[in-house]
Amino acid sequence: MEWFRRERNPWGQEILIGLSWDLIWVAVAVGALLVVAHALLYYWRWRGAGAGMITESLPCSELVEPIKQLPEKILRHSGASRLFHWVMAVSVLALLFTAFLPIWGIKFPWVTAHWIAGLVLTAAIVFHVVHASFWKGLSLMWISSQDLSDGWLAIKQVLGSAVAPGKPGKNPLENKLFHHVVASATLATIITGLIMMAKIDTLWWKRNPYILSDDTWGVIYVVHGVGSVALITLIMAHLYFAVRPEKRWITLSMLYGWISRERYLEHYSQGRWPAGGSTSAATAASAAKQSEAGSQRAGAS
Amino acid sequence: MAIIQDMMPAFELFQPASVNDALALLTKHGKDTWVLAGGMDSLDWFKDRVKKPKVVVDLGQIKELKGIRQQGDGVEIGAMTTLTQVSTNSLIQSRYGLLAQAARKVATPQIRNQGTIGGNVSQDTRCWYYRDGMPCYRAGGNTCYADTPTAMNREHCLFEVDRCVAVSPSDTAPALIALDAKFVIRNSKGERVVNAEDYFIGPKVDIKRMTILQPGDLLTAIRIPGAWAGGRFYFEKVSDRDAWDFALVNVASAMIVEGGTIKQARIVVGGVAPRPFRLKPVEDSLRGERVSEETAELAGQTAIWGAKPLNHNHYKVLLMKNLVKRAVRGVKV
Repeated sequence: MEWFRRERNPWGQEILIGLSWDLIWVAVAVGALLVVAHALLYYWRWRGAGAGMITESLPCSELVEPIKQLPEKILRHSGASRLFHWVMAVSVLALLFTAFLPIWGIKFPWVTAHWIAGLVLTAAIVFHVVHASFWKGLSLMWISSQDLSDGWLAIKQVLGSAVAPGKPGKNPLENKLFHHVVASATLATIITGLIMMAKIDTLWWKRNPYILSDDTWGVIYVVHGVGSVALITLIMAHLYFAVRPEKRWITLSMLYGWISRERYLEHYSQGRWPAGGSTSAATAASAAKQSEAGSQRAGAS
Repeated sequence: MAIIQDMMPAFELFQPASVNDALALLTKHGKDTWVLAGGMDSLDWFKDRVKKPKVVVDLGQIKELKGIRQQGDGVEIGAMTTLTQVSTNSLIQSRYGLLAQAARKVATPQIRNQGTIGGNVSQDTRCWYYRDGMPCYRAGGNTCYADTPTAMNREHCLFEVDRCVAVSPSDTAPALIALDAKFVIRNSKGERVVNAEDYFIGPKVDIKRMTILQPGDLLTAIRIPGAWAGGRFYFEKVSDRDAWDFALVNVASAMIVEGGTIKQARIVVGGVAPRPFRLKPVEDSLRGERVSEETAELAGQTAIWGAKPLNHNHYKVLLMKNLVKRAVRGVKV
C-alpha cells in the first residue's frame, strides 16, 4: 500500500499528485473497526451496567417544584441549527459520493455536481460560523477543564472504575471532540477545494492552474484527500451512533428540534445547560443538586 | 518533451490465434495487458516509454477478426480489417461510400495497409501534452496543460470540455456513427453490442479512457445496418497536410433524401470534442427540410451553438460551421 500518488513528468522528476486512494479502504476499515469495537464494548460492559440505557424517568409528580416549571419539550436544536445540519449532511454525502464512486469504478459525470455541492457546503459553513459566533455563542463548543475531568472519569469508568462522571452540559465532551475533528476535516477539504476552483472556468475568472506550482498543487490535493478520506470514517461513526437505539432520541431531536423534559433531566446538568431560558436560577440550583446527588449515587454503586 | 527512443521497454508478447485465447490472456493479465492491433498508435507509446505494459497481446494472428462480410441487409467488418481493405472493398464502396472515403483519408497508404478499423476507432488522443508524458488529468495527474493561459491548444476541443480538452482523432469514427454502426465487444463473460455513438466516452465519464473498453474487453467487429446503405453521404477532412496528418476538423453525414426533401439525417463532427460529436439539434432541424443553401446555412449556424473555443482554436468554430454547411449542401462522396 502506498500513501501518496506520484507521477513522473517529462523531465523525469517525480511529482506529488495526491493521496493514494488505497487509503479509502483504510478509512472504511477504521470506521468499521470503531463500530464493531463500540458495539462489542457496549454489549460487554455498558449494557450490563445499565449505562446509556433508556430508563423510565421520574414521574412529574416526584419532581421538585421548580423542575415542574420546565416545559414538556426542551429545545435542543433551533430551526437554523437543524437546517445547517441537514444541508451539511446532504452536501457532504453528495461530495463523498461524487468523489469516491468514480474511483470505485462507478463512472458518471461527477465534476459539476461535486463542485456545486462543495459551494453549497461552503455557504452552509459560513452561515454556521456566523450563527455560532453571534447567536449561539462559541462557548457551547469550548472544551472546559470540567469537560476534560469528566472525560477522564468516563475513560476510567470504561476501564472499571466505579466513579461516574457528572452530567454534561448541552454538548458532552465526545460531541465537542467529534465536532472539532469534523470541523477540521471539513475546513481542510473546503479550503483546498476552493483553491481548486482556480482550475475551472467561471463567470468571474478563466481557469489557470499556473497560479501554483505542480508541487504545491500536489500538497493541496493531498490535504483535500486527507480531509475527504477522514470524513468517510467520521461519517461512518456518526451514522452508527445516529441509528443506535439508545441514541435515537438525540437523532430525532435533530429532526424535530426538541427533547423531552425527562430526557433532559436524565442526561443533562441543568446547571451546565439551563433549558431554553425557562429555567430560573432556583431551578438550576435545584437541578444541579439533583445532578450532584445522582453522581454520588452512581459513584457509590 | 518525452525522450523518443528506439528501444521499447521489455514486455511479454503473446500472439493468440483465436479470440477465445486472446480473451483468456486478457482475463489472466488484466490491467497489465495492452491490446495491439495494427500497432500504429501503440508503438509510439512504447517507443516514447510513456506506456509500459507488462504484457502485449498482438491480435494480428486471429483470422476471425479480419474480413468484411455481408450480414443480413448490412455488413460486418472484423476489427482487425485494415483500413486499406475497408476503403477498397467493393461492398463498402457501393453501399457505404462514407466509410470508404473516411478510411481513405486516414494518414498514408503505408499506415492504412497496417492500421486497422478497430485500432483507428480505439486509438488514444493526440494531445501532445498528454502524449509527451506530462502528468495531466488524462495521465492520472491534476492539471490540463493544454488549457492554461499560455497553452498551445490550436488542435483542441470546442465542446464537452471537462478538465481535459483533448479531441477524438479518428476519421472513421464519425463515419461509423453517421452510419449508425454497432460495435461488438467480447470479454470472458460474453458478448455485447453497443451503438457506435456509445462506444466513445468523454472525460465527464472517465477522463483516462476514450472508449468504453475496460481491461479484459475486446472489440471484435463493427456491424453497419442496411438502413443507411446507398444514402446521400458526405465526408470531408481538413488538416494541415493532405496526407499523414490528423484532422483539425472532419465531418461525416448520412442523409436519406427523397424528392429534394431530407427525410433523415445523421451528422457527426470529429476534432471538436473529446469524442465524435453528433449534431442531434442539426439533424432534428434538417428533418423535413429541402436541401438548399438556406437549409445548409441554418445547419451550419446551429452546429456551432455552445462552442467554447480555447485561446488558439477559434478558427475551428468557423471551420466547423462551414463543413457542416457543405455537408448539408454538397455531395462530395
